[in-house]
Amino acid sequence: MAKEEEKPKVKLPDSEYQGVWIFIEQRNGKITPVSLELLGEGRKLADKLGVELSGVLLGYKVGHLVDTLYQYGADTVYLIDDPVLEQYRSEAYQVGVVDVVKKYKPEILLFGATVIGRDLASTVATELGTGLTADTTRLDIDMKNRLLEASRPAMGGNIMATILCKEKRPQMASVRPKVFKAIKPVEGRKGKLIEETINLNEEDLKTKVIEVIQEVSDKIRLGDADIIVAGGKGLQDEKGFQLIRDLAKELGAAVGASRDAVEAGWAEHSEQVGQTGTTVAPKLYFAIGISGAVQHTVGMENSEIVVAINRDPNAQIFEKCTYGIVGDAFEIVPKFIEEFKKLAKKSGEVNNG
Amino acid sequence: MHIVVCVKQVPDTSVVKLDPVTNTLDRSSAPSIINPYDAHAVEEAVRLKKKYGGKVTIVSMGPPMATAVIKKSIELGADEGVLISDRAFAGSDTLATSYALTQAINKIAEKEPVDLIFAGKQAIDGDTAQVGPGIARRMNIPVLAQVDKVESYSQDNNVIRVRRKLEDGHEIVESKLPCLITVEKEINELTYSPLTNMIKAARYEPVIWTTNDIEVDRSQLGLKGSPTVVGKIFAPPKQSGGEKIEGTAQEVVDIVMDKLINVHGLFAKEGV
Ligand SMILES: Cc1cc2nc3c(=O)[nH]c(=O)nc-3n(C[C@H](O)[C@H](O)[C@H](O)COP(=O)(O)OP(=O)(O)OC[C@H]3O[C@@H](n4cnc5c(N)ncnc54)[C@H](O)[C@@H]3O)c2cc1C
Ligand SMILES: Cc1cc2nc3c(=O)[nH]c(=O)nc-3n(C[C@H](O)[C@H](O)[C@H](O)COP(=O)(O)OP(=O)(O)OC[C@H]3O[C@@H](n4cnc5c(N)ncnc54)[C@H](O)[C@@H]3O)c2cc1C
Repeated sequence: MAKEEEKPKVKLPDSEYQGVWIFIEQRNGKITPVSLELLGEGRKLADKLGVELSGVLLGYKVGHLVDTLYQYGADTVYLIDDPVLEQYRSEAYQVGVVDVVKKYKPEILLFGATVIGRDLASTVATELGTGLTADTTRLDIDMKNRLLEASRPAMGGNIMATILCKEKRPQMASVRPKVFKAIKPVEGRKGKLIEETINLNEEDLKTKVIEVIQEVSDKIRLGDADIIVAGGKGLQDEKGFQLIRDLAKELGAAVGASRDAVEAGWAEHSEQVGQTGTTVAPKLYFAIGISGAVQHTVGMENSEIVVAINRDPNAQIFEKCTYGIVGDAFEIVPKFIEEFKKLAKKSGEVNNG
Repeated sequence: MHIVVCVKQVPDTSVVKLDPVTNTLDRSSAPSIINPYDAHAVEEAVRLKKKYGGKVTIVSMGPPMATAVIKKSIELGADEGVLISDRAFAGSDTLATSYALTQAINKIAEKEPVDLIFAGKQAIDGDTAQVGPGIARRMNIPVLAQVDKVESYSQDNNVIRVRRKLEDGHEIVESKLPCLITVEKEINELTYSPLTNMIKAARYEPVIWTTNDIEVDRSQLGLKGSPTVVGKIFAPPKQSGGEKIEGTAQEVVDIVMDKLINVHGLFAKEGV
């Protein structure tokens, strides 16, 4: 006879607050990737605590997204669907989120650290009078005290600080995109839907979204790219940095840059990777002529494969790479371009029969 | 139009240290400056004042030496400034900070109603971007976060139109006043201060308010009023380092290409 599986003992919450919630950010009826990443991480936290994982979804005509949330790990979805929520406005979204939190009382509430998420999380935390940890990159549970340990880089990335919210509930945090991984969606996984209404009319609101301008560009967005070719001060000048653009073009990759390369004017700020730039996690990251200062590496250390090219064998970047090449970028990068050209030609021939 | 700008004094570099006992910032370890985002907020407020008339008042919370950022703001063209400074504020997290600043703004508004509040997108030390939206919520006014352009202001219906920066573009939003705007650096270019402003700033004595001067509930201030605490500080995880690839330029490129294609299965078909 099979023994009953022993469950790990979990302390029940001292307060009535229970469960892990993720704010599901959607824009134009599309779920932002960070929300799915947070469901993945939230699932782990909820399992540890022995509680449910829920998503909170606000918008207008967004009911079709609910199934996706179950598939990515949510047990329950709280949905508020209302015309006043068609465009994000913090004054309206805040009311909806605060109302469901007060009614159903989660112990943990997480937001993506996006423009919308940071704004909404601050507003909601203020209204609830609870603590909010900003821009976290690591989450864990102190099981003894049933506390969320939310850690974030501070002091320009030189230290990590773990922030606790000991008494107030829910414990809130915003979490950087691209730090956690979504689970593989489970086809057909179902959950429970709880629909709520929002007590708000258009006339009550003081803001109006006039226009949303999506920047259409032929450049691949850094945050979304599968391959990034990043260059630093080691490229010497703008002409040298062109090598980075050439390799990126050959690979259909996004261009990344260190802050020093941006400050030298060789790359745009939108191309900067790191603490004060974008956090990225591509499949493949080339770090070329980049020394690997901590402010740079906090932005790219979740990349799957890192190929580093640097002339200095002691460069810090070699601590953060998968493959390290000690050598001159001006010799090595053109050879990579050549090889990828050959490869493209070969696969082109295969594809054409 | 009466505009209030929230200005924070911050340590200049990334070399600031933490007090290992209290886990709060040790401000003596680095030179102090005006938070760069806040300088742009002051500049924008002054530009609006020049166009539509009115007054710009600065509010800051910090130790007595933070009067320096108020003087700096006067140099940038602000009219007046108040520093709220009291031991009771020490150790504030963002919730306690937004509470103290809100109470100060309420007192400023008693004398002259406030139409618009500016804050920086974030402070370069705490880096949370939480104080601006927090103040707006407490005052029950809309927040327009991460604005990189003030498009227009209509005096007739008291509506401001701004451009907000999003991850993948921009958004044009209108709001009735009063509202709170947090600014990106791109909102303007800082101009040289005229000599008259410099002289005014040099002579200016900022007003300092303690908890005796503003109405506060002490349980909401400082460490007591802060739901978050810094638990522990640790060094970011170090990685062991990657595989060194050696040889001539052609050899190393061949080895890495082989690894990418055959070990990691990249570039099998199109793309990755
Ligand atoms: C608060 C703060 C925030 C910051 N935020 C960021 C950020 O978001 N992103 C960021 O990147 N930085 C940031 N920085 C700056 C960071 O500390 C570093 O100064 C910066 O990353 C260095 O850029 P780099 O590696 O291009 O330049 P360097 O450090 O000058 O390195 C150049 C490298 O190129 C190598 N090299 C030279 N010639 C060649 C050649 N021919 N072939 C191959 N290699 C060569 C050199 O050996 C060297 O390692 C920040 C700093 C602070 C204080
Ligand atoms: C290592 C470390 C980590 C921290 N993490 C957190 C955290 O996760 N959550 C949390 O709640 N607190 C945290 N704090 C505390 C936080 O830094 C302080 O509460 C700080 O007073 C305000 O936050 P900020 O610097 O992030 O300001 P931000 O919210 O980034 O500032 C935005 C704008 O608000 C205005 N403003 C902010 N402070 C002032 C001021 N004193 N006077 C006038 N205007 C001001 C300015 O216009 C500024 O541009 C942390 C502190 C440390 C040392």
